[in-house]
Amino acid sequence: MLTKRIIPCLDIKDGRTVKGVNFVELRDAGDPVELAKIYSDEGADELVFLDITATVDKRKTLAELVTKVAKAINIPFTVGGGISTVEDVKILLNAGADKISINSAAVKNPSIINEMALEFGSQCIVVAIDTRNVDGIDFVHTHGGRKATILQTQTWAKEVCQRGAGEILLTSMDHDGTKAGFANEITAEISSMLSIPVIASGGAGNMEHFKDVFTFGKADAALAASIFHFKEIPIPELKTYLSGVDVSIRK
Amino acid sequence: MQVAVIKYNAGNVQSVLYALERLGAEAILTDDLEQISKADKVIFPGQGEASTAMRYLKEKQLDQLIPNLKQPFFGVCLGQQLLCEHSEENDTACLGVFPVKVKKFLPENIADFKVPHVGWNNLFDLKTPLLKGLSDESFVYYVHSFYCELSDYTIASTNYVHEFAGLMHKDNFYAMQAHPEKSGLVGERILKNFLSL
Repeated sequence: MLTKRIIPCLDIKDGRTVKGVNFVELRDAGDPVELAKIYSDEGADELVFLDITATVDKRKTLAELVTKVAKAINIPFTVGGGISTVEDVKILLNAGADKISINSAAVKNPSIINEMALEFGSQCIVVAIDTRNVDGIDFVHTHGGRKATILQTQTWAKEVCQRGAGEILLTSMDHDGTKAGFANEITAEISSMLSIPVIASGGAGNMEHFKDVFTFGKADAALAASIFHFKEIPIPELKTYLSGVDVSIRK
Repeated sequence: MQVAVIKYNAGNVQSVLYALERLGAEAILTDDLEQISKADKVIFPGQGEASTAMRYLKEKQLDQLIPNLKQPFFGVCLGQQLLCEHSEENDTACLGVFPVKVKKFLPENIADFKVPHVGWNNLFDLKTPLLKGLSDESFVYYVHSFYCELSDYTIASTNYVHEFAGLMHKDNFYAMQAHPEKSGLVGERILKNFLSL
């Protein structure tokens, strides 16, 4: 039986892990490779690396990091952040990434999804969508959720699927950071509407939230950052809990 | 021991090389007919589209070489599908090592079964030697929209939409739909078993 995926997300700046990682067993809390290995050993099903490096010339560091990660771990991983061209994708896939994720670049130039899917196959193109509810309507936001667009989330999700996206990473900006649970309603709506998997992100605060997003939210995978980094929810414990409540999970 | 990893226009080859490196195997990435013939083991990785891949194999005359190889041979993902007779993906005639057809997943209910089949799924009805040391609770990582039908050559099944061939074996040819290089300890064990055949 196909299992639901648990995906820790690591923020990367200049080749280092940033934003409060609190693992006592880490010799170097900023080393993404070491952290990736720990998550992989703990039973994470996939990893996402989000590069928040601002400058273009520093992006070479990212490719080098991707190679180090690919050499060290044997589970799939996605790399996102600032990817806008077919060439960007080629460099990262050649370095060893399994999938790449695009966000703002796709909103700006939707046909880039078609180009990337044609060149590398849909299976490695994840389209990240940041959504925020404004007066009852869900709108796509870009630039880390700061910039509103006129695109409605449901319409955009359908479009990226038609253009060849392999998966959608749906982040609710209303829920992100709240620890009050995932945005189950819109996740379920989008997941039911589309033929491709949906990764839910934003709002994880306890183990029940994961159960809810997999059942009510109909998500195929759930992504979280700080609750894993700070060990508020250890992955092995989360997986035991989910198996116990009849969510299909990889042991 | 020299392992040849067949180079063709398919993605994900680097990950296979890294996985072999982690296992301490000496591997070369090559499309040279002589180098492939001489290797002790051959791995045929994949990820891509069937007709494009077949065209490339023909250009390099690999379509003639592969079915006649005698050393242990391991087709992975698209590599498994290309070893079959025919693929529904752009109606492509494949290498014909396995008299098996490759079909597209056509679920009736897309909300229950997304295509591609992405994620971790378990193998069952395992047969050795390639799956030595593994149980029915062995999860492997899949990313595919087409699958190989069950046959007498199936040595492990997986269920998605319906049962399909997770792994196959015939003579010196082994094949696997999931990605062993991305399947954690289970995948590592399968690769290790292959290397010690």
